Amino acid sequence: MALPVAFFAVFFAVPVAAIVARGLKVDGSWQFGRIGEVLGQSDIQQVLWFTTWQALASTGLTLLIALPGAYVFARFDFRGKQVLRAVVTVPFVLPTVVVGTAFLALVGRGGLLDELWGVRLDTTVWAILLAHVFFNYAVVVRTVGGLWSQLDPRQEEAARTLGASRTRAWWSVTLPALAPAVAAAALMVFLFTFTSFGVVQILGGPAYSTLEVEIYRQTAQLLDLPTAAVLTIVQFAAVGGVLAVHAWAVRRRESALKLVDSAAAVRRPRGAGQWSLLGFVLLTVALLILLPLGVLVQRSFDGPDGYGFLYYETLRSADGGAFLVPVVDAIGNSLRYAVVATAIALVIGGLAAAALTRRAGRLVRGFDALLMLPLGVSAVTVGFGFLITLDEPPLDLRSSWILVPLAQALVGVPFVVRTMLPVLRAVDGRLREAAAVLGASPWRAWREVDLPLVRRALLIAAGFAFAVSLGEFGATVFIARPDNPTLPVAVARLLGRAGDLNYGQAMALSTILMVVCAVALLLLEQLRTERTTGEF
Amino acid sequence: MSTIKKASVTAIAVGIGLVAVTACGSGGGDKSDSTSVTLVTHDSFTISKGVLKDFEKTSGYKVRVLEDGDAGQAVNKAILSKGNPQGDVFFGVDNTLLSRALDNGVFESYEAEGLDQVASQYRPAGGEKGVTPVDSGDICVNYDKKYFADKKLAPPKSFDDLVEPQYKNLLVTENAATSSPGLGFVLGTAAKYGDDGWQDYWKKLKANGVKVVDGWEQAYNEEFSGSAGGKKAKGDRPLVVSYASSPPVEVLYAKPQPKEAPTGVATGTCFRQIEYAGLLKGAKNEKGGKALLDFMIGEKFQDDLPLQMFVNPVREGVRTPELFRKFGARIDEPQTMAPKKIADHREQWVKSWTSLVLK
Repeated sequence: MALPVAFFAVFFAVPVAAIVARGLKVDGSWQFGRIGEVLGQSDIQQVLWFTTWQALASTGLTLLIALPGAYVFARFDFRGKQVLRAVVTVPFVLPTVVVGTAFLALVGRGGLLDELWGVRLDTTVWAILLAHVFFNYAVVVRTVGGLWSQLDPRQEEAARTLGASRTRAWWSVTLPALAPAVAAAALMVFLFTFTSFGVVQILGGPAYSTLEVEIYRQTAQLLDLPTAAVLTIVQFAAVGGVLAVHAWAVRRRESALKLVDSAAAVRRPRGAGQWSLLGFVLLTVALLILLPLGVLVQRSFDGPDGYGFLYYETLRSADGGAFLVPVVDAIGNSLRYAVVATAIALVIGGLAAAALTRRAGRLVRGFDALLMLPLGVSAVTVGFGFLITLDEPPLDLRSSWILVPLAQALVGVPFVVRTMLPVLRAVDGRLREAAAVLGASPWRAWREVDLPLVRRALLIAAGFAFAVSLGEFGATVFIARPDNPTLPVAVARLLGRAGDLNYGQAMALSTILMVVCAVALLLLEQLRTERTTGEF
Repeated sequence: MSTIKKASVTAIAVGIGLVAVTACGSGGGDKSDSTSVTLVTHDSFTISKGVLKDFEKTSGYKVRVLEDGDAGQAVNKAILSKGNPQGDVFFGVDNTLLSRALDNGVFESYEAEGLDQVASQYRPAGGEKGVTPVDSGDICVNYDKKYFADKKLAPPKSFDDLVEPQYKNLLVTENAATSSPGLGFVLGTAAKYGDDGWQDYWKKLKANGVKVVDGWEQAYNEEFSGSAGGKKAKGDRPLVVSYASSPPVEVLYAKPQPKEAPTGVATGTCFRQIEYAGLLKGAKNEKGGKALLDFMIGEKFQDDLPLQMFVNPVREGVRTPELFRKFGARIDEPQTMAPKKIADHREQWVKSWTSLVLK
């Protein structure tokens, strides 16, 4: 417990508190009056209002579109399901710079909608909402679908036998059982969309601004720390509230439900209704997720003399490029950073999950929610916080490479905890005792009883942390680093330069990032256990 | 011992191992000693490896480059860490941000050796003493040559042209609040039409259908019809606020190289940007920092700059590369503005611009 607490204190709480204090403390006294002052401004109120309603709308839309998907993935058996489940998760771990570009190709000018019906959604709020669905589809499918696949279908069947209509049976049997999972998923989606940054900036155009965008603007561009501090506090309060409700929903979800092996509940779709449901889900996945990703791939091959590997080949050359090093080095950098970040996230997250398993009352449960906070706090706040707190030896890490994986790990830890926690809680203590009775040393009991039970969850947690670190952009870009860019940073930099080759290389790198993420996620699919393995 | 304790012990062991590995990984320990010099800059900074090697050989210092986000962010972080800087030299503060850095006392005044070789128009005047100009560039409207040839329309040349009806709905620019070319363009209009006239100009520009997107990337790669990216994205705006160096860059990164740049520059719409470098106050290796600053306005560095960062050298006698001369445009009379004036008005102007154009 001590290590995760120390980690969060040093690399999260203190930096964030310091930057807020820098903004609100003038000559040693707190200026709380600023809060009212800032919140009184009409443009800030507009930002708050927009942030809230777009998050609510995005959450509603995501649930509407992704819940049928969750059902299909949970209950139906069809060809290519594993691949598809990995693919729908790819957007979730892709950096927003990449997604923004991909999405413009779908809903922007000359995009599919434009070609077919002359409809353009870029710089409308619809583009933002759809992109949020694209990002968070997997959250719903994985969180809700994971539980749904293990609900005993016989309960619903029993209700039908007792005369309930199909709707009634679903309404009063399945839905109540699912409700906590749906609530948990909805709250996660709300959290991610409430703090949306890149999507709003790229797709919304300058007319739309969320709290997160405003915090970035006030901090990084205007250096108006007082205003940024107030906004950070507001966001903190909102996110804290959401997380508290989320923690409650998750506990409900973990409460005893009659679960079955998901393999037993899965079957081939039957009848026109079920086939068309499957068709509908596959169609939405194709339109909403495969198409934007496909456009990136297509552009990465679409060279000046027709299709070819030009952009990939030129990634290896160092001369005249945007970097001191060949662009291809970014792949190696990214992988190295991601490995270190994964290791850190596993240690911290594993320890935290182990500690939380003990259920030591309210305090620890609070820590559970606390671990999720980095997901809802602006990366720019953390980055600038690092700058002013980690500046004294022995912790002068400001210019150390380790800061990048540390920042990535901060985002990875919540995933590790959420994956490990349910599995650790499910380990039956009596097995261990039995081993001890049979003469096994504690070490041996751990190795032969606990480890096999949690090994898969550990690997899945590692895989998720790895994929998330790989795509992490926000925190990476807000801390100083020597010239060894990660993939997302390299993509952003290439997009920031004129010229065909730079643009093509950005597309090629995005494609590589996508493939690496997809492979990592596909490997996870192979590891999925029949038992519940947490939320992701 | 419970499982959890077991797990904790293992995890702590792993953790300690990790820290040990980390410590070894960052081996060499303290890098801020007197044998190395650290350059803090924005993430558009690049220079040939050979040139840095050259400096290392002649000066005996190793150079570490630390990239700290985009230009605005890098400056703000330098301000936040003043007195205990992340490095010795900061490069990349431009005339739109210089006063903010100077007012906050980020820099230790130092007159670089060879400053007298820098063309007088770039040399610091009055308030900007103590920093070293390194490069300059012009923010200008670019046009898609093919579009105007097809339409048999003369491309615009000046700010005045842009509000003419024949150019209605053709221009895309960037958000002045978040993008540096966007801000430069607004400052250009303020320099041209004065403190009172620029808002009227923007009213006309808005009526003439100017489109505003958030950043240069979207404007240039998505909306502009003349760039390689924009062509693929089917961009439909033939006018974009970009840089005078963008046309040569289009040529450089096209394969095979075209005979003529696909885009041109409206030479009467330019605003000059000058980038400065300075010695950070509290630098651990002041001597090394000074040597690096001298080197940055030396011939080798100045000669290498243009094709690395697509900017113009400031040192007299250093020629711009052939690529620029052949495919670029000479900007003889760009709009300029004193850093002090920019600092005084910047926030107010951006606010008025936002409510005028975006709302």
